[in-house]
Amino acid sequence: MADTRRGRLKIYMGYAAGVGKTYQMLVEARELKAKGVDVVVGYFEPHGRKDTILKTEGLEIVPRKKIEYRGSAFEEMDVDAILARRPQCCAVDEFPHTNVPGSPRAKRWEDVQILLEAGIDVLTTMNIQHLESLNDQVYQITGIRVRETIPDWVVQQADEVVMIDLTPRALLHRLARGVIYSREKAEQAMQNFFRESTLVALRELALRETAHEVVHRTAFDGALPPAGASAGQAVAHKLLVLITPDPTSAMVIRRAKRVGDFLDAECFAVAVQPSGDLAGLPPAEREAIAQHLNFARNLHIETRILESSDVATAVVDFARRNQITQIFLARPKERHWSLNLFSRDLVQKIVNIAKDMQIVVVAEREPAAQ
Amino acid sequence: MVREPSRKSPEEFLRQCQIQEEAATRGHLKIFLGYASGVGKSLRMLDEARRRKERGQDVVIGAVQDRMRPEEEALLAKLEVVSPLRIGGNAVMDVEGLLRRHPAVCFIDGLAYDNPPGARNPTRWQDAQELLCAGIKVIASINIQYVDELRAEVEKITGKHVDQTVPGAFLKSADEIEIVDAPPEEPIERTPEEAASAQERALRLSRLREIALLLAADVVDQQLNQYLEKHGIRQTFGAHERILVCVTPRANAREMIDTARLISGRFHGELLVAYVKQPRISAADKAALEEKLELARAAGARIVILEGEDPVQSILDFATQGGITQIFIGHSQRSGLGSGVWGNPVDKLLRGARGMDVRVFPQ
Repeated sequence: MADTRRGRLKIYMGYAAGVGKTYQMLVEARELKAKGVDVVVGYFEPHGRKDTILKTEGLEIVPRKKIEYRGSAFEEMDVDAILARRPQCCAVDEFPHTNVPGSPRAKRWEDVQILLEAGIDVLTTMNIQHLESLNDQVYQITGIRVRETIPDWVVQQADEVVMIDLTPRALLHRLARGVIYSREKAEQAMQNFFRESTLVALRELALRETAHEVVHRTAFDGALPPAGASAGQAVAHKLLVLITPDPTSAMVIRRAKRVGDFLDAECFAVAVQPSGDLAGLPPAEREAIAQHLNFARNLHIETRILESSDVATAVVDFARRNQITQIFLARPKERHWSLNLFSRDLVQKIVNIAKDMQIVVVAEREPAAQ
Repeated sequence: MVREPSRKSPEEFLRQCQIQEEAATRGHLKIFLGYASGVGKSLRMLDEARRRKERGQDVVIGAVQDRMRPEEEALLAKLEVVSPLRIGGNAVMDVEGLLRRHPAVCFIDGLAYDNPPGARNPTRWQDAQELLCAGIKVIASINIQYVDELRAEVEKITGKHVDQTVPGAFLKSADEIEIVDAPPEEPIERTPEEAASAQERALRLSRLREIALLLAADVVDQQLNQYLEKHGIRQTFGAHERILVCVTPRANAREMIDTARLISGRFHGELLVAYVKQPRISAADKAALEEKLELARAAGARIVILEGEDPVQSILDFATQGGITQIFIGHSQRSGLGSGVWGNPVDKLLRGARGMDVRVFPQ
């Protein structure tokens, strides 16, 4: 039945505010409308940009839903109203947005899933810095830890990812002319995110990521091999991440998932506890491990808690039993090297006993000094 | 990550002077790069010309496409055009006229044209070069199929041969490159055959898009490095994966190089293979090493020969300066990288490698 067809998702990908993602999305919405497609705007953030606002003229905008939170009124996309309206296609600005507490779903990308499942095509916008697996690289480039992230699998589901490109110089000109933000905010922005070197690096990241998304979408079911698919094709890789209470676990999970996605490899994550569950742990540690396991599952990584008091042996045994080819670990903290503490020993021990597989020690990315 | 206030080698210093001198006299080159025709490069260029003119810049159009859409014609009507010369029935950009007119900015829609005999330069990109040398800012468009180095690759995908090309080096000399990644207009499919051919076309186009995006990324990467050099900043942004494989005569190089090649291929990264020179090396080791470097060359790696009393430190120094994001090392490269005096090299490398991943391989 035509009704059960999942909607098509198209993402306009940029590398900073002001490159023209929303503008391009609205241009396409108008073109679709001109061709007779039933298009509505589900959510639009004007940011006071005149050229962009002009592009909404003649497009039907579904009114936002008002949500009360702690005495203030917030507005979010009204998914129910869009479902009731049932357009063929819906334009939704700012894909990575976090909804105000009290909304039916925590994230706008989750709202979009509902629309897609209802068979509505969605056009949406995002910047590269919101892709979960690039979080550490973005931190390295910008010094900013982006909190609103989208799991990679959500972006991989998109039928099309289009790069909205603009040179950093042109973007800085736009910023200076007050096209993107008010003057005061623009000056502040130029001190932080909008430094030229930062923009150039983010843009490179976006170009490479879009290139990857483009081929990934077609390469494996098509006759044409992707550009990087020449060597080592025969080896099927399987990745394993060791989860600990340490905050660096999140970074290792992201890194392993990213490598796994690029190699078409399965990815597992394990935590090791003597009791086989988290019950006996001090609350802080228990919560940290539970959070990391949950984070891994949200990225579609299978997780397990292994029962053992010998972490290194348990991890390596699990790896051997499951034909793991690569184990990902966090690089021990600086001070641990000199003090010969647990985590250093752990890395050394795993390296020493797992001589039959690759061990990847992932280091924290520190932001570039500016 | 590491910032050092301009402590430069003489080569670096010369390079910096050269960059500054060139920047002072040469016009600025901006390129709109498309992956197929019909993605709207012309419209985007002419629109930029209009906006620049409205902002008060002295803008002229040096060359346009033969066929134009109505909306492009409308934009063109508002702009000053230096009419092309006619040589043997061919339209040739009037370089002399443009030099005489000497605008601040000249737009060239379509860089890949061979000029007929009797023209000032054999090709249009050389025409553009002349304008740049005269200090005129040039904004030009090109499709990837016309980039000399990409021609064969694109031809394999499209099955179409083009005669006229522009050297990649000219594109890489651009100060700005902007990709026009808009999707081309989709034909309406009616029959299953049409649907199948549309799917094939979509596949071809995605490969072309990939090539265009990666070319732009490479140019951007080069610009980033130049920017950092110009400002005396040494740091790693990690936007481009760079893998450094450390080999010794007895290392299990094949697995390392195969994996490195796979990962760098999938990430569209760079592959480097480093060897630290050893003072006394036996003939057998020398032959073994050469075999390994041959593997590396076959994998398309850039070979780096390092020197230094402390091999691990040499590798770390190179990695930090070269923006390396991943180091590959063999598990038992203990003897090869000077154990004893310096301790277990794998351990030492792990300890010293800040801000990059270390991948330890089984032997």
